[in-house]
Amino acid sequence: MNFDDTPQEAEFRATARAWISANAPRQYEDELRKSSLGRTALKNANILEVAKTWQKKKADAGWACLHWPKEYGGRGSSPIERVIWQQEEGPFGQLSRMFIIGHGMCGPTMMAFAREEHKRTYLPPLASGEKVWCQLFSEPAGGSDVAGLRTRAEKDGDDWIVNGQKIWTSGAHYSDYGILLTRTDPTVPKHKGLTMFFLDMKSPGVEVRPIKQASGASDFNEVYFTNVRIPDYQRLGEVGDGWNVSLTTLMNERSAIGAAVSTGFPELFEYCSSLMLDDGPAIEDRAVRSKLANWAVKASGLKYTSMRAISALSKGERPGPENSIGKLVAGSMIQDVATYALDLQGAAGVVSGPEDAEVAGRFQAMLLRAPGTRVEGGTDEIMRNIIAERVLGLPGDIRVDKDVPFNKIPTKGR
Amino acid sequence: MNFDFSDDQKQLRDQARKFLAEKCSPKAVRVVLDGKAPYDKELWKGLAEMGFLGVAIPEDFGGAGAGHLELCVIAEEMGRANAPVPFSSTVYLAAEALLIAGSDAQKKKWLPTIAAGEAIGTLALFEGKGNPSPKNVKLTAANGVLNGVKKPVADGAIADFAVVAARTGSSGRENDISLFLVDLKAGGVEIKSLTNLDPTRGQAELTFKDCKAEPLGAAGDGWSILTQVLDRAAVLCAFEQVGGSDRALEMGRDYALDRIAFGRQIGSFQAVKHMLADMYVSATLARSNSYYGAWALSTNAAELPEAAAAARISATQAFQHCAKNNIQVHGGMGFTWEFDCHMYYRRANAMALGLGSLSYWEDQLIDRMRKKNAA
Repeated sequence: MNFDDTPQEAEFRATARAWISANAPRQYEDELRKSSLGRTALKNANILEVAKTWQKKKADAGWACLHWPKEYGGRGSSPIERVIWQQEEGPFGQLSRMFIIGHGMCGPTMMAFAREEHKRTYLPPLASGEKVWCQLFSEPAGGSDVAGLRTRAEKDGDDWIVNGQKIWTSGAHYSDYGILLTRTDPTVPKHKGLTMFFLDMKSPGVEVRPIKQASGASDFNEVYFTNVRIPDYQRLGEVGDGWNVSLTTLMNERSAIGAAVSTGFPELFEYCSSLMLDDGPAIEDRAVRSKLANWAVKASGLKYTSMRAISALSKGERPGPENSIGKLVAGSMIQDVATYALDLQGAAGVVSGPEDAEVAGRFQAMLLRAPGTRVEGGTDEIMRNIIAERVLGLPGDIRVDKDVPFNKIPTKGR
Repeated sequence: MNFDFSDDQKQLRDQARKFLAEKCSPKAVRVVLDGKAPYDKELWKGLAEMGFLGVAIPEDFGGAGAGHLELCVIAEEMGRANAPVPFSSTVYLAAEALLIAGSDAQKKKWLPTIAAGEAIGTLALFEGKGNPSPKNVKLTAANGVLNGVKKPVADGAIADFAVVAARTGSSGRENDISLFLVDLKAGGVEIKSLTNLDPTRGQAELTFKDCKAEPLGAAGDGWSILTQVLDRAAVLCAFEQVGGSDRALEMGRDYALDRIAFGRQIGSFQAVKHMLADMYVSATLARSNSYYGAWALSTNAAELPEAAAAARISATQAFQHCAKNNIQVHGGMGFTWEFDCHMYYRRANAMALGLGSLSYWEDQLIDRMRKKNAA
């Protein structure tokens, strides 16, 4: 048992470290390091532009989408090399956020289902960040139950005409392309009538409207489709096979191995280490220490769970299912951490403006952004279902609509 | 990076699992649970024959000289099987204290007999309520004899010898405490068995009256040695707790698959599924924290104090969580003596206290994290 690199890994790490050290935008390092949930912005620069510049620089030197084949803009690296890269990229990895959906989900789906000429055309600029992609799955009528989506695509000659509405689309407002899951046959059961496409987000009839979130910020969008024309050759997979295609996309969401999940713990520990309460330092208070200790072991448990998965990659094995706990644990933990940090501030905790709030309002921002982390990318409840069914082998939920034609499924609770 | 046990160590784990499945069935555990024997002597003998008792004891002292990682994988299986033997007292506490502080003669006397299954050892630290602290040690040592009362002492009624924490000074500092070795069969100790949460592991009260004792380690070093012993034992116990957590989770999962209510497997109800998923989360966090503890223990890393406290807290929580919810999944049947669920519930809650309670280890963890940050 050890934490040492193999000689090849050490060599790769040294090469990556040297390149990052010579090329990363160091002027933003401090700000990126201090960013936390709900608070990732640069004071004097547009983070999207900085991110695109960094991504392009990486791509030009062969450091973008490391695990993708070279002909599609990647480096053809092993999974462990990708993890080592993430470790070395450190705070600059924050700049990859706007590409996560494209690189983690759209790219792999294109790789699995697009025509060869499309892969060669679309994947390299996706890897280099010159083109940004989004994923158009969720709808007002289909969140956790994504197969309940209602956006229609109807065949018209060699094209499809799309009408409907998507929601919770991350980054649609700055995306150039998207992968789109539609209903092509409402007369068959819901999983069987779906078809996947990719499309140009500038197509006529596509309208993007930012959602003002409960936190006040706008990271997500509604996307409306009004008679949007998509050529049949932009179809991914067979007509009616969209559900299986989407599973490829969603499976790639697990690519998060090695990427640190935010728990809020380091921020809280740092805060409590200097905070004075009415009767002394917070860190010497019995109740505070107990809370901190309980969160500390969750944070370290997640860290070493991730190390176990990385070790499997290092040995060329498939990681076990342990990593599926990360989002579930971190999501509710960061919410609890933020709530507690405010509790420690007493009445002053209510002030959230960065100029006037405690520690520039980082915990207030965290608190307001936290509910979203427990919903996006699979709600806590869906994550528990996944663990129960795929890891523990428990039965799937009983689905009363499974064999019912989609257009016969009730649409209202009451 | 290889943050995992080696293939050989995994083989050893499989071997231990197979051995215990055969020799330590729930039926065998119940012999001790029902008070028909103080511990499973046959199993103890078998563990010695398999080389498990001395796996981390050097060959010079009659052990297998393998190491602590090997001991961790065996500990996990002991926890999974809920083994009714004085393994933790003898191997994690007494043997580790001897390895850290024993003279050559002391090691030669006791370690080979431990490895051979001929001597049971324990640590006599607590004196009633309270957590590990020098100020809670009142038993005195003077002129080579001990006077005072220790309770609870794990496996105290079946032990052949004990490592005893005694007060040798009154400065109010840690160096008031020294350790002693006591041959419990040589007289001077009254032993009374105590009814306790987990009848598969005995607890006793030991009253020392002018009891002859020999020093273990230098005078005044007692607390520093004890701290090291408790840290090592925290990691090793964490593996037992991880094994117990996994077993309790499996029992709950299996029952949820077998049991039909309202016309369905109860494991198809989200209330039950999600409870089991949360148990899996706890067990996984505990396993990962314990692996880190194992790494720190096996390399004698500077991180051991922090890693041990984290493993201790995480594994204690996981075992308590899995054991109690295993009963909940079983419903009424889980609350019968006949079903095995309560054995894990008892063990989980007894183990949560044995080396000091959760609140003690929470405090330790924060102290140790602060020390590391300051350094």
